[in-house]
Amino acid sequence: MNCIFAINGPVVKVKDTKTFSMREMVLVGDKKLIGEVISISDEFTTIQVYESTGGLKTGDPVLSTGTPMCATLGPGMISNIYDGIERPLSAMTYISGAFVTEGSAIPALDENRLFDVTVTVRKGDRVEGGAVYATSPETPLITHKCLVPVDVCGEVIYTAENGQYKVNDTVVKIKCDNGEERELTLVQKWPIRTPRPIRKRLPNTRPLITGQRIVDTILPVAKGGTAAIPGGFGTGKTMTQHQLAKWCDADIIVYIGCGERGNEMTQVLEEFSELIDPKSGRPLTDRTILIANTSNMPVAAREASIYTGITLAEYYRDMGYHIAIMADSTSRWAEALREISGRLEEMPAEEGFPAYLPSRLSEFYERAGYVESLNGSEGSVTIIGAVSPQGSDFSEPVTQNTKRFVRCFWALDKALAYARHYPAINWTQSYSEYCDDLEPYYNENVGEDFCKFRMEISKLLVEENNLMEIVKLIGADVLPDDQKLIIETARVIRVGFLQQNAFHKDDTYVPLEKQMLMMKVILLLYHKSLDAVNKGVPLSQIEAYGLFDKLIKMKYDIPNDKLSMFDDYVNEINSKFLYDGG
Amino acid sequence: MIQFSGLSEINGPLICLEGVTDVAYDEIAEIKLNDGSKRLGRVVEIQGDKVVLQVFEGTNGISLTNSRVSFTGKPLEIPLSTEMLGRTFNGAGRPIDGLGEVFPDRYGDINGRALNPVARSYPRNYIHTGISSIDALMTLIRGQKLPIFSGSGLSHNKLAVQIVRQAKIADSEDKDFAVVFAAMGVQNDVAEYFRRSFEETGVIQRVCMFLNLSNDPIIERILTPRCALTVAEYLAFEKNMHILVIMTDLTSYCEALREFSSSKGEIPGRKGYPGYLYSDLASMYERAGVIKGSSGSVTQIPILTMPNDDITHPIPDLTAYITEGQIVFDRNLDQTGIYPGLSVLLSLSRLMKDGIGADYTRDDHADVSNQLFACYARVQDARALASVIGEDELSASDKAIMKFGTAFEKYFLNQGFDENRTMDQTLDLAWDLLSLLPVNELDRLNEKLISQHYNPENAKRFM
Repeated sequence: MNCIFAINGPVVKVKDTKTFSMREMVLVGDKKLIGEVISISDEFTTIQVYESTGGLKTGDPVLSTGTPMCATLGPGMISNIYDGIERPLSAMTYISGAFVTEGSAIPALDENRLFDVTVTVRKGDRVEGGAVYATSPETPLITHKCLVPVDVCGEVIYTAENGQYKVNDTVVKIKCDNGEERELTLVQKWPIRTPRPIRKRLPNTRPLITGQRIVDTILPVAKGGTAAIPGGFGTGKTMTQHQLAKWCDADIIVYIGCGERGNEMTQVLEEFSELIDPKSGRPLTDRTILIANTSNMPVAAREASIYTGITLAEYYRDMGYHIAIMADSTSRWAEALREISGRLEEMPAEEGFPAYLPSRLSEFYERAGYVESLNGSEGSVTIIGAVSPQGSDFSEPVTQNTKRFVRCFWALDKALAYARHYPAINWTQSYSEYCDDLEPYYNENVGEDFCKFRMEISKLLVEENNLMEIVKLIGADVLPDDQKLIIETARVIRVGFLQQNAFHKDDTYVPLEKQMLMMKVILLLYHKSLDAVNKGVPLSQIEAYGLFDKLIKMKYDIPNDKLSMFDDYVNEINSKFLYDGG
Repeated sequence: MIQFSGLSEINGPLICLEGVTDVAYDEIAEIKLNDGSKRLGRVVEIQGDKVVLQVFEGTNGISLTNSRVSFTGKPLEIPLSTEMLGRTFNGAGRPIDGLGEVFPDRYGDINGRALNPVARSYPRNYIHTGISSIDALMTLIRGQKLPIFSGSGLSHNKLAVQIVRQAKIADSEDKDFAVVFAAMGVQNDVAEYFRRSFEETGVIQRVCMFLNLSNDPIIERILTPRCALTVAEYLAFEKNMHILVIMTDLTSYCEALREFSSSKGEIPGRKGYPGYLYSDLASMYERAGVIKGSSGSVTQIPILTMPNDDITHPIPDLTAYITEGQIVFDRNLDQTGIYPGLSVLLSLSRLMKDGIGADYTRDDHADVSNQLFACYARVQDARALASVIGEDELSASDKAIMKFGTAFEKYFLNQGFDENRTMDQTLDLAWDLLSLLPVNELDRLNEKLISQHYNPENAKRFM
């Protein structure tokens, strides 16, 4: 029998070094707390415990399970809320009340719920790992496809009748090529730290459409891509992630609340069950999996929550769905690494973070991708990670290392947040490397002009940024009219286009077509004004038409379903400039 | 009960024992000295038969041979009862007002447990404080944790007292409302100021105080907020009361934690604070909220003094990442005689958007507060420009903005210590101030609201 030798916070040591293997799941103490082996030295096996260690004693038993930390995968995960090691939090309230208690071994999936199962293989079929053997409507939006475990390959020797089954009922039996017989139920397990295998990676050529103007037009992210949202406190990281989770065109959202506020998770739960997705007419919870390991829950489980989330996402990806992961926040996950590393007395690198922080971060972000799965279907996992830099300083280790592994960087800016300019994404510090990859898609699906407009808008913003340096020193009055026009147009772009109101019924989600028309009208006004200014018309006279202010309000004035109204704007601009410019 | 005599090591607040078995992590131990005095300690590390204890009252006077240690087999628990209101306790939860022990309804583990996010209900109703800047711009919501970031010598204590005195919960009787006050490492004068203010305003019968003064042992300081929050959770979730928890000063708490961590020989994170500072602070701040099945709530107002007025210092920085917003003091405003001198742009209430509006305060509240923030952000730009090119050279709109800024600070932010403004007064005042600006500057307000409220006549009194 192995017993506890030493306890320090979430870290427990056992004297025996022969029984355990690295990354093995173990059960600690009489309450059977879940733990994981994180190091084996010549003297000790070190275990991190995913629950509060208060009350553990030396001499308490530690049981080996022989398997690594696994996620349970099967129907019923969508609409559920889990903690970092996939324990269902709503089921837990029935057992332990409002507060989380340790040692509650609750199965991840409801074992009594009946699913309508259609078996899709026949006796005598040959199946390989990744093939679909049964389907079941999991929510009105998502059909769950049961996938043959990757280590199974052989002939189907039994199939159950179509009908209602519980998750642990056997629906298919397979005689493997090595002679072993395997019974397949609706569930399977997968170790959370191992990426699920795929056939091949495909290029990221389709955008994740979010309905947020600054994201879709200026800083797009591809399906299967990676993006980071760094920002100090109060800059709206969580708000931005909520908006993306609500409106992006992924099939499934995995929202990982990693070391963040409890109330925020409650908000997601409440809001998403009330909000109706306009595309499907169903509540957003029908496509959302929540993983909530709030800041006061055990720190080791916070470290695991990121991996649990991505494993769930990869499983649905293999069924041919597009998944977006919101990880809020990766800094808290990095801090969990630091905390455990400190307890192990490892040699710290920068700011106390362990030296393996960059490799862990890259391992995580590399699990994103647009892939062809083992059964030939196409799916993707997009990772959008929030970063909370210490002291709002982007030069700190987590932000800097994240920057190396993501291709899209949405830097949130305090100054914009103070002025209540939301989303507070700073357009000069941010970048997206996906613009070129996605250009063919935009040309084909939205219009040739889209990318041209984007370039022009970006150029105007850069020019404004340069001019503002001068304005800060000498004021705007001394600038010539054409430069003043740039500043005025940039104001329209900033307030009327980039700024987006999440609480306005039309402005909270804007289709790509409207985004393009808005850019078109703004640029039309700019070019008409520029012509007029070049012909000697004073800018003050042009401003008196009130068109600039009218365009600022067009995001509210033109409903998303009445895009023909843009023609009126074009006509009005043309008619106003008939004498000045033409 | 087995008693162990003889220690192997003493280091700061920590003592080590060897040859100990059957001890649980986080368990409480009693240390008896030869002179008959008793101290309490907590198990913070176990390594084989060697146990490290943290002594709450400090290790002064303890030698390797003059003490005997026995283990209680329980984590630290304090008695809980509604009779605790009106009483005063020390940092470890023992009565120090001479009124005897509390007769407990039950005992509670001071570490508490994490609230299951599923069991929470999202905080939605506001607490009226009567202070314009807070009510209009950073509304305090029931179940929120909203810290005050201040600096040494600023009027944060005065503000906290005013909030306690004026705080009103919109749809609830006063009898359900109580205050739990935790002082960590504050000077005797400050603790006395709070006690006197509570007495004078007659709220003392509804206040439960935990005092750990600056010369009290630092380990008790680590327990103080946990004791206070255990009482708060008991009163809120079991007795259905609305509890406002005021904790001051969090900076002293964090310093105590750093001292304890370094004497334990832990690897430091930023500025010498332990790597788990975030998790540790979260284990306190997250004990606020509203839960399903109880009509009570725990609202926290932690107060901390930013070292060197630096908001990027780890303590305010990590705090703001956990709490739902922050109220920040501005030394410049304070020095120009404006009370409460709050830095509007740095302050924020994250839960505000769901607790205001037609259902709770007034339909125009959200838009007006957005407009005030946007205008006041422009005031800063205009002032920066004016300091370079001179005020005379500013454009007409910048001049109007400057005028608005001065009036806003003088009439809106500034208010008397005894002045309790209603929500209508506050919002009307905001409209009058916005009326100083030409109407085309108001880009966050729609025409309907402008036609209802905008009236330059009302702004004349600020000229």
